[in-house]
Amino acid sequence: MSTLLDVKDLVVRFYTQEGTVYAVNGVSFELEEGETLGIVGESGSGKSVSCLALMGLIPSPPGKVEAGTVMFEGRDLLTLKPDQMRLIRGKEIAMIFQDPMTSLNPVLTIGTQITESLKLHEGMNTSQSRKRAADLLDMVGIPDAYRRLDDYPHQFSGGMRQRVMIAMGLSCNPKLLIADEPTTALDVTIQAQIIELVKQLKDEFNMAMIWITHDLGVVAGIADRIQVMYGGRIMESGTSNEVFRDSRHPYTVGLLGSLPRLDSSGEEKLTQIEGSPPDMRNEPAGCPFAPRCDVREYLQLEKCWDQRPPLENVPDADGGSMHIMSCWADIREGVAENV
Amino acid sequence: MSSPAMAIDKRKTNTEDDNILEVTALKKHFPISSGIVFQRQVGAVRAVDGVSFNVIRGETLGLVGESGCGKSTTGRTILQLYRPTEGSVKFEGQELSTMTGNDLRQMRRRMQIIFQDPFASLNPRMTVGSIVSEPLQIHKMYANKKERQQYVEQLMEKVGLNPYFINRYPHEFSGGQRQRIGIARALALQPSFIVADEPISALDVSIQAQVVNLMEELQDELNLTYLFIAHDLSMVRHICDRVAVMYLGKIVELGPVDEVYENPQHPYTQALLSAVPVPDPVVEENRQRIIISGDLPNPASPPTGCNFNTRCPVAFDLCYQEPDPPLIEVRPDHFVSCHRVT
Repeated sequence: MSTLLDVKDLVVRFYTQEGTVYAVNGVSFELEEGETLGIVGESGSGKSVSCLALMGLIPSPPGKVEAGTVMFEGRDLLTLKPDQMRLIRGKEIAMIFQDPMTSLNPVLTIGTQITESLKLHEGMNTSQSRKRAADLLDMVGIPDAYRRLDDYPHQFSGGMRQRVMIAMGLSCNPKLLIADEPTTALDVTIQAQIIELVKQLKDEFNMAMIWITHDLGVVAGIADRIQVMYGGRIMESGTSNEVFRDSRHPYTVGLLGSLPRLDSSGEEKLTQIEGSPPDMRNEPAGCPFAPRCDVREYLQLEKCWDQRPPLENVPDADGGSMHIMSCWADIREGVAENV
Repeated sequence: MSSPAMAIDKRKTNTEDDNILEVTALKKHFPISSGIVFQRQVGAVRAVDGVSFNVIRGETLGLVGESGCGKSTTGRTILQLYRPTEGSVKFEGQELSTMTGNDLRQMRRRMQIIFQDPFASLNPRMTVGSIVSEPLQIHKMYANKKERQQYVEQLMEKVGLNPYFINRYPHEFSGGQRQRIGIARALALQPSFIVADEPISALDVSIQAQVVNLMEELQDELNLTYLFIAHDLSMVRHICDRVAVMYLGKIVELGPVDEVYENPQHPYTQALLSAVPVPDPVVEENRQRIIISGDLPNPASPPTGCNFNTRCPVAFDLCYQEPDPPLIEVRPDHFVSCHRVT
């Protein structure tokens, strides 16, 4: 397998009236063809902004991509002109957004909205594109698809609207699909339907996928690799098994400990991470998690405050392991039971 | 066949516990009207359509279900924020559904609510101090301003807020801190019963545990009873003693939380539980998912027969002809409403 996407040292800032927001502070990651990457983080961790940046969708002003490269099939997306980018967006890289109500245009029929990219990118005429649109709707499980092309978004339920969004995303057989919290606005039974659908379509289309979410449970089932973000930086990254079962970063450990599990009775107290997420208007000099980190407190590490830990292989990683993290401490040094 | 309320009654009189709340055949229908000058009712949204349960003093009862199933409406109807269409709500032995005016206001001292959205439920023009002390003023709890302020400061400390911030406004706080303000306001009148309407679903993951731990500590310390309304089933298992699963305005399953989670009887509960993702790739790989197709039917025109028959994987003739059966006790304290089970 070859590398499809290579993001290096991405920095995104927003210059607002209340000051500069340091949204993404040096993010690097790669994506193989056909791979599913789960990006996990809380609100304000920079997970959505870094993906909007590689799509060229950062509103400017106030936003600005300050540094970094995004190599996609040999080209740096950040240096492309708007009309070159437009040929890639929707065709090579497609995106599904969180809220299917606000991301569909309420005054256009869904037929119009799906056929738009087919006409633009594939040069189809009206009847060809309508036929293809109906096939796509059928594929994502919308009954009576041809007739429903003339319906408006409000005539669909939330789950159905998300299916329409997926059909739009897949319309031009993209190589990469970015799904930004696609199931967050949906109920769990509908979420399960959508996840099942996306899994099946991903294999069918042989796409690579980035699934952005704050729900660790959702990515555990679908992602090959997980990347945990906090304060605009990557904290830990590795295969699902490595990140979930051999977590090494204090933030990942804390986050997993604070989640109750459906499959165990909840007698023990949840371990909580003290404090609140960082104010992104101050650029942290050191590790963004330092103020809330109990490992730092236990080990009395001073350099966490003013030196950024590099993103490196975890100590004692297997040969060829992709398991990397950004932390000065080794959580296994007898501290695990003390904190 | 005994009703769920009666059966739990019987068991609990033995252990000297008592019911703080008894809800019987509660209905809340919102009218749909038509016409501009002469309004007439053309239908009703059956948000809550005959639910019965009780809450035992000191326990946490979870009320779960998907959006639109009527769980929040149930909570609000219990507190008489909506007046019930039919049915009875007995709180500490007193009937609330017929109570009005000052009597009802007095009852509100003992039952309070924590709202879901800590951004919308706090008045942006009031300081934390005035938000938390407003219930005290309404109920004239402290004659003297100084004492009242001292009490508010104590409350803030109790919920983990620095009393130094008493004169700040809600926008100066983060989501988790705002939810703490909401909790302090609910605690101000020293209630015995609190309806927590999705108190953590608007919060970040790392903050949710803080608020849940706080709620558990306060429950132990102040002997509170919670009705915990939520859609996060993992959190419900953690915090609740018993759980009631709602679907389209009705309770389909009710029982002790471990019993229901390990041994779900209703096909909806089974599907709901199997749809919840577990943060562990190995568990996820080996799980059998029951995927139910379709969406929640419109509560203004529920299907004939059992409410769940449009999506049920095991529905048979009877489910389309007969309305849902009453809750039946399948194991001790575990009640299910399903034709397949009876």
